[in-house]
Amino acid sequence: MLHALADATRRDIVTRVLQGEHSVSSLARRYPMSFAAVQKHVAILERADLVTKRRHGREQLVSGSIAAVRDATALLSELEEIWRARIDRMGEILAEPNHPAPNQGEPT
Amino acid sequence: MTVKSVLKDEQALTMTVTAEFDAAIDAVWQLWADPRKLERWWGPPTHPATVVDHALVEGGRVTYFMTGPEGDRFHGWWRIGSVDAPNAFEFEDGFADEAGAPNPDLPTTQAQVTLDINASGRTRMVITTTFASLDAMQELVKMGMEEGITMALGQADALLVT
Repeated sequence: MLHALADATRRDIVTRVLQGEHSVSSLARRYPMSFAAVQKHVAILERADLVTKRRHGREQLVSGSIAAVRDATALLSELEEIWRARIDRMGEILAEPNHPAPNQGEPT
Repeated sequence: MTVKSVLKDEQALTMTVTAEFDAAIDAVWQLWADPRKLERWWGPPTHPATVVDHALVEGGRVTYFMTGPEGDRFHGWWRIGSVDAPNAFEFEDGFADEAGAPNPDLPTTQAQVTLDINASGRTRMVITTTFASLDAMQELVKMGMEEGITMALGQADALLVT
């Protein structure tokens, strides 16, 4: 599976193209790397459905998929609920009377 | 509240949960290190967890299954990375087949747990979960919902002791 968003440049590209369409060449000017390298990053994001690309004359225009990022938001919210419930259960166990007293002495 | 903050980074596909407990750091560590305690909080009330193998040491493995209301079982595993008891450990969390063997076709998540004592003497726990990709995250959450993991979340709130 693609690690589409694991790279800092790719995350930066997604952030920019979510705010508006950018050409690959204008993106390439922002990063200290070749046009081909930026094009490769865009291709990875495109395969992960995080961005879409269209041709306009000689330019390739890239825009972010708001739906995909929204999916990520919704999915992280699900995960948040799972962990909040787990932490609540942890708190219940720790509140049982047979547990030792809170931390003594200096903070670590 | 026990949960102090939840930071979600949609771009990096990570979530960081910070919680504080009015309990000793060793007691919080034991929630992870003692399999009988771990199985009391890992699964929701509808899908209690049973921990089978439990080696919370570097390179060790934890295996578990959750049992649904119909008696259906969902198997999972952790592969333990570095461990620095009682302050930190890392693990990869994945799905397993019915025999408990890791299922290589399903995505895994990477989790980091750190514990420390804050200025007011409470134990702070920070859990960071990282997904490999949006697809991996979608697949995992979809499976989580199929397992009913997100059901009955309100129950825990009602019992909250903080």
